[in-house]
Amino acid sequence: MKIFFPLVIVMILVLLVFAGIKANLYFLFGVVIPYAALAVFVLGFIYRVLKWASSPVPFHIPTTCGQEKTLPWIKQNKIENPSSALGVIIRMALEVFAFRSLFRNLKTELRDGKIVYGSEKWLWAAGLAFHWSFLIILVRHLRFFMENVPVVLKTIEGLDSFLQIGVPLFYMTDAVILAAVTYLFLRRLYLPQIKYISLAADYFPLFLIFGIVLSGVLMRYFFKVHIVGVKILAMGLVGFNPDPKILSEIGAIFYVHLFLLSILFAYFPFSKLMHLGGVFLSPTRNLSNNSREVRHINPWNYPVHVHTYEEYENDFRDKMKKAGIPVEKE
Amino acid sequence: MYNAGKIIFGLLIFLALVTFPFYNNIGKVSAKPEPKIDTPEIQKLPENERKCVEPKDFMRGEHMQMLNDWRDSVVREDNGIYMSSQGKQFNMSLQNTCMKCHSNKKEFCDKCHNYMAVAPYCWTCHIQPKENKS
Ligand code: HEC
Ligand code: HEC
Ligand code: HEC
Repeated sequence: MKIFFPLVIVMILVLLVFAGIKANLYFLFGVVIPYAALAVFVLGFIYRVLKWASSPVPFHIPTTCGQEKTLPWIKQNKIENPSSALGVIIRMALEVFAFRSLFRNLKTELRDGKIVYGSEKWLWAAGLAFHWSFLIILVRHLRFFMENVPVVLKTIEGLDSFLQIGVPLFYMTDAVILAAVTYLFLRRLYLPQIKYISLAADYFPLFLIFGIVLSGVLMRYFFKVHIVGVKILAMGLVGFNPDPKILSEIGAIFYVHLFLLSILFAYFPFSKLMHLGGVFLSPTRNLSNNSREVRHINPWNYPVHVHTYEEYENDFRDKMKKAGIPVEKE
Repeated sequence: MYNAGKIIFGLLIFLALVTFPFYNNIGKVSAKPEPKIDTPEIQKLPENERKCVEPKDFMRGEHMQMLNDWRDSVVREDNGIYMSSQGKQFNMSLQNTCMKCHSNKKEFCDKCHNYMAVAPYCWTCHIQPKENKS
């Protein structure tokens, strides 16, 4: 159920596009939905971040794994246990660009009645492969949105198609992302513990991304669409001046690609995908470990309201006297 | 809101990245590519035969695939004759077939390719038709 429900949803979404194309709803699928999805994405993202920012983080709670700054003759691990802003920035950069904490992933096994820990790098490798190829693919798509494509983008594209296999040139990231998404899915299916904790909300983005990648791959290498038309549409969209005439010339599979992407964008702020913003706001990562150096003051109850004995006696003096309890002041 | 300075700074970076395609295009007019087919070779053809190897819609999407198939067919299978869906025969050759009709590479192939930012690497070996530099 947790697997089939999201799978069926994605299939319905794809069928919806074909039905929409049949019914000539090009403007809806090509213009209205993409704009709406982008708006939901941007506003939803900002809303989520502001909501997070409204929770105070009173104490520094980094989860560290290195020697803390201490006596001068004990060597501090400046990155794993940072005490300065620079250390935090390096630690965050390693986390964001290289998934440092996932690199430490361990596998626990019972062997001959003993618990043994082994290194487990597959998730890290697949996660890294997935995210980096996703980023490269995203950046590559910028060529559809600019008149004069800068050399950087052409270089990225050139490196990605460096093997010069086939025409149109085969992109390595296309294969990498397909393999990585497949691995990330099979992992949830085959490892019993992971399967147990996986929810529909874990499978849905996987299926959605798989659908987006697959439709893109099919469109580039197999069922060709009017690519110049795609760029004319994209340029029209970013110029707020889309050309309605081009919409019907492009080809259905492009709309599948675009619609699934729109769904992903609209779904993004309300899902676990928000870890894009969340990683920067993780208090266990983005704080320095200086709890012993700096006094951290709890923002929500400072100055601490204390009720002294004198005040207490003032409140209850009459009652205390009635009950025969001695008081300090008459 | 706590840490307002850092949060707003981060959100501004987010906005700058997401809206980049929009503000990058402000004030720029995007011209659609219009490949020209007024070459002498095509002009020589009678009006109703000014057609490509295959129908235009097919060529627009599939011409790169077709070139790849032609190349494989010639180089690997030693078969140099293409039978079009219209029943016409063509010599499978980039330089001698495509570029004979489309001898205006700069005004034809490059118009689309520059717009799409693709640079087919074919011309590092194959010879481009001689054209007046314009
Ligand atoms: C209607 C516009 C148009 C015209 C005209 C055109 N092309 Fe293309 N061409 C494209 C598009 C679009 C692509 C694919 C770009 C992409 O994959 O983003 C392409 C890709 C190619 C590729 C594959 C390049 C690669 O690196 O993947 C080759 C080869 C090619 N064209 C050859 C030619 C030749 C030769 C001509 C002239 C006879 C020509 N094209 C005319 C639009 C055009
Ligand atoms: C007999 C001359 C001739 C040959 C040979 C020829 N073409 Fe064409 N091509 C044309 C004509 C004429 C058109 C315009 C067709 C139309 O408007 O219906 C055209 C159109 C095209 C288009 C579509 C342009 C557009 O505006 O969408 C492409 C792409 C193209 N040709 C590529 C090629 C390639 C690649 C080859 C070699 C495989 C080739 N042509 C061989 C005459 C030719
Ligand atoms: C490394 C140099 C090189 C590159 C790059 C190259 N070719 Fe070729 N190509 C050749 C050679 C050499 C032949 C001739 C082989 C023969 O005749 O047996 C050939 C033959 C062909 C043929 C069939 C014969 C003919 O006369 O055209 C086609 C079609 C072709 N190439 C298309 C392409 C396309 C399309 C590209 C770009 C995507 C390309 N080639 C890139 C070297 C190259």
